[in-house]
Amino acid sequence: MFAYLVRRLLLMLVTLFGISVVIFFLLRIVPGNIVDILFAAAGYVDPADKIDLEKQLGIDQPLVIQYLHWISGLLHGDLGYSYVSEKPALQEILPRIPITARLAGLALLFSASIGIPLGVISAVKQGTRLDYALRVVSLSGLSLPSFWLGLLILTAAVAMFGQIPIFNPNPATWLEAFATYAVPAAAVGFRSAALTMRITRSSMLEVLRQDYIRTARAKGASETAVNYQHALKNAILPVITVIGIEAAFLIGGLIVTETVFNIPGVARFLVEAIRWRDYPIVQNLVMLVAVVVVSANFIVDMLYAVFDPRIRYTD
Amino acid sequence: MRSVWALAATAALSLLAFSTATFAGEPKQGGILRVYHRDSPANASILEGATYSINVPFMGVFNNLVIYDQHIAQNSPDTLRPELAESWSWSSDNKKLTFKLRQGVKWHDGKPFTSADVKCTFDLLMGKAQQKLRQNPRKAWYNEVNDVTPNGDFEVSFDLKRPQPSLLAMLASGYTPIYPCHVSPADMRTHPIGTGPFKFVEFKANESIKLTRNPDYWRKGRPYLDGIEYTIITNRSTAILAFVAGKFDMTFPTHITIPLLKDIKSQAPNAVCVVEPTNVSTNIIVNSASPPFDNIDIRRAMALALDRKAFVDILFEGKADIGGTMLPPPQGIWGMPKDKLETIPGYGPDVNANREEAKKLMQKAGYGPDKHLAVKVSTRNLAEYRDPAVILIDQLKSIYIDGELDVVETANWFPKVARKDYMLGLNLTGNSVDDPDQSFYENYSCGSERNYTNYCNREIEKLFDAQSQEIDTNKRKQLVWDIDKKLQEDVARPIIFHARAGTCWQPYVKGITIMSNSSYNGFRYEDVWLDK
Repeated sequence: MFAYLVRRLLLMLVTLFGISVVIFFLLRIVPGNIVDILFAAAGYVDPADKIDLEKQLGIDQPLVIQYLHWISGLLHGDLGYSYVSEKPALQEILPRIPITARLAGLALLFSASIGIPLGVISAVKQGTRLDYALRVVSLSGLSLPSFWLGLLILTAAVAMFGQIPIFNPNPATWLEAFATYAVPAAAVGFRSAALTMRITRSSMLEVLRQDYIRTARAKGASETAVNYQHALKNAILPVITVIGIEAAFLIGGLIVTETVFNIPGVARFLVEAIRWRDYPIVQNLVMLVAVVVVSANFIVDMLYAVFDPRIRYTD
Repeated sequence: MRSVWALAATAALSLLAFSTATFAGEPKQGGILRVYHRDSPANASILEGATYSINVPFMGVFNNLVIYDQHIAQNSPDTLRPELAESWSWSSDNKKLTFKLRQGVKWHDGKPFTSADVKCTFDLLMGKAQQKLRQNPRKAWYNEVNDVTPNGDFEVSFDLKRPQPSLLAMLASGYTPIYPCHVSPADMRTHPIGTGPFKFVEFKANESIKLTRNPDYWRKGRPYLDGIEYTIITNRSTAILAFVAGKFDMTFPTHITIPLLKDIKSQAPNAVCVVEPTNVSTNIIVNSASPPFDNIDIRRAMALALDRKAFVDILFEGKADIGGTMLPPPQGIWGMPKDKLETIPGYGPDVNANREEAKKLMQKAGYGPDKHLAVKVSTRNLAEYRDPAVILIDQLKSIYIDGELDVVETANWFPKVARKDYMLGLNLTGNSVDDPDQSFYENYSCGSERNYTNYCNREIEKLFDAQSQEIDTNKRKQLVWDIDKKLQEDVARPIIFHARAGTCWQPYVKGITIMSNSSYNGFRYEDVWLDK
């Protein structure tokens, strides 16, 4: 197991190196740089000023030099300066991380705490009205885009209560704090909850047909014990995989949700930075996302071993 | 006796009513004006900016030498007021403009304001300073200025190559604040220092911009507000819902489209909303350097095919303006009167007759029902560009032109236009000052960086200079109308329409004036107050 862990960690490092190369060079392939965009916005171009600015920002140097400069800075904890705000990239990125992390964490919690129990209930009550109702909920969750759901929530809040849950960096009450994170987390987490519900249901249905479940019932185990101790424990592995993958894909939903609810998190910031071709922000943020995704995969792999003793990786 | 009491009571009540009315109309000190901002500006430096995303929030930080009266909606030579200058005078040959400066004015960091700051600002703008602006989009405004010379601490002169009365109009624009000598252009991008009614507090990209009252403002008793907070909300639906829910006192100026205005009025019936022209024209840029639009017949046919009223009806529910290069009257100062406008080919009210004429020109060029001309209509990937481009393509069908929409990302738009890699382009042109010098020299002068189509007509160039030097406003107007007519006849950059947009605020916000012929010059906000 230890050797597997070490090998897995080394693989992570190689993956991250590969990603850094891809991010850096892909970003440079995209047409236009910040200088083009600034002058496009100004509606004129002065070639001499353009060259000056490119020199100031260091984007006139060969790409390999720029890449090495970035990586060496990264290893020394120096993320460079934002081209737009001219502040250190770390100073720009750092305060936004907890906001998105809280939102993503809550969304995943929402997804697991709603999706898994409802999936189990749906499977156990297969073919009943409750099952059909839950399947409709799950299908709608997969069909509704999070920006539409977000706008629906905002419109309903204004129409019914004359209030709008817009991000408040300094919430005065618990209710405001709750509204700040819970509502957008529900909007973005609804899709993952629906997916989790579907996977839990189908996985449970498969397990419930197994011989050992029949044996458990024959031995006189209660329905709750059969469903949760015997069935769910074995049905949970695909669910964990899905939640892990969802953690990685959540960033897409967060971009939209942060825009709709006006939350100053990293996801929305990333889109703005791409719009400006603010390379130091984009490459560091995408790298951060890559680290999160790779780590999520790593954690899922480790959880496999914990939940299923048969999966103990050996040399 | 009873009647005496009744009379006294009536008198007392009348007095009370009168007093209340007086107090209700008197400005109150205090409160933060909460406004949403449509997007995150690149920085806080107005001199380097080319979008009113910068000058709306930061205009209140600064002062100009002169400014348009902030309570009169129409900017005109008659509404110019002194600001950091106490007065101005022209030399007898109209080649020297001298300003007497206000004394006792301090920068927000406590340093005194002097004529040296005026010189520094214009040296920066004219590219004469050692330090450089990262971008200088309005350098051409000062082409006729030889030098700016201080005469002691509180007088400064602009020496001109030739008379240019409209220099004052440029100086009054929200785009012409005076910068301090002791702060670098780089620092002005992140922490601007001004002499204006509001001091900069912070700018968090994609989050907020905060200004606070300048307690040492030279205009005593101003500003009324304790501060202004702009919350950046890029999603228009969210922003409008937040305004309706009362989170904001005001929408971002001219951010409300005509169809959305109805939604706001139905959900917030007390909101005060005004619709004004933005002095942004939607126009067609034509690549006349290569086929097929190197053929003047095809260019003229295209101009004749336009049904401008249809654009206005579809996109603005009838509430936009048809005109030439200059914003049409009554809001525009220099636009052609309707009878003159309708003599220009394509502006006549009979669209079918215009299109029949266009078809003849197309047939002369070798096209017809059996041989259509295929063109690409390039435009930016923004709704205000895409929507009219789609209508344009539909209208061109009527004269044997099959258009294909070519949507271009903002980052690629200008380089594409600059290298002439397009046939037709749907373009928006914003005019920050309603003045012919700004519009003609920037957009139509030979060699100008913003003359995207490289239109160059030496005869018209002479007329540009003639109108620019003309002191008599009426004579100048006649010249401007003739130039504008020629520009349309030459299909230099056919103007489709001049947009209008709405701004709303809560009824307790007082002292707001939305400018009717500029989106750039009315955000000093020192007289704005909250009646609550």
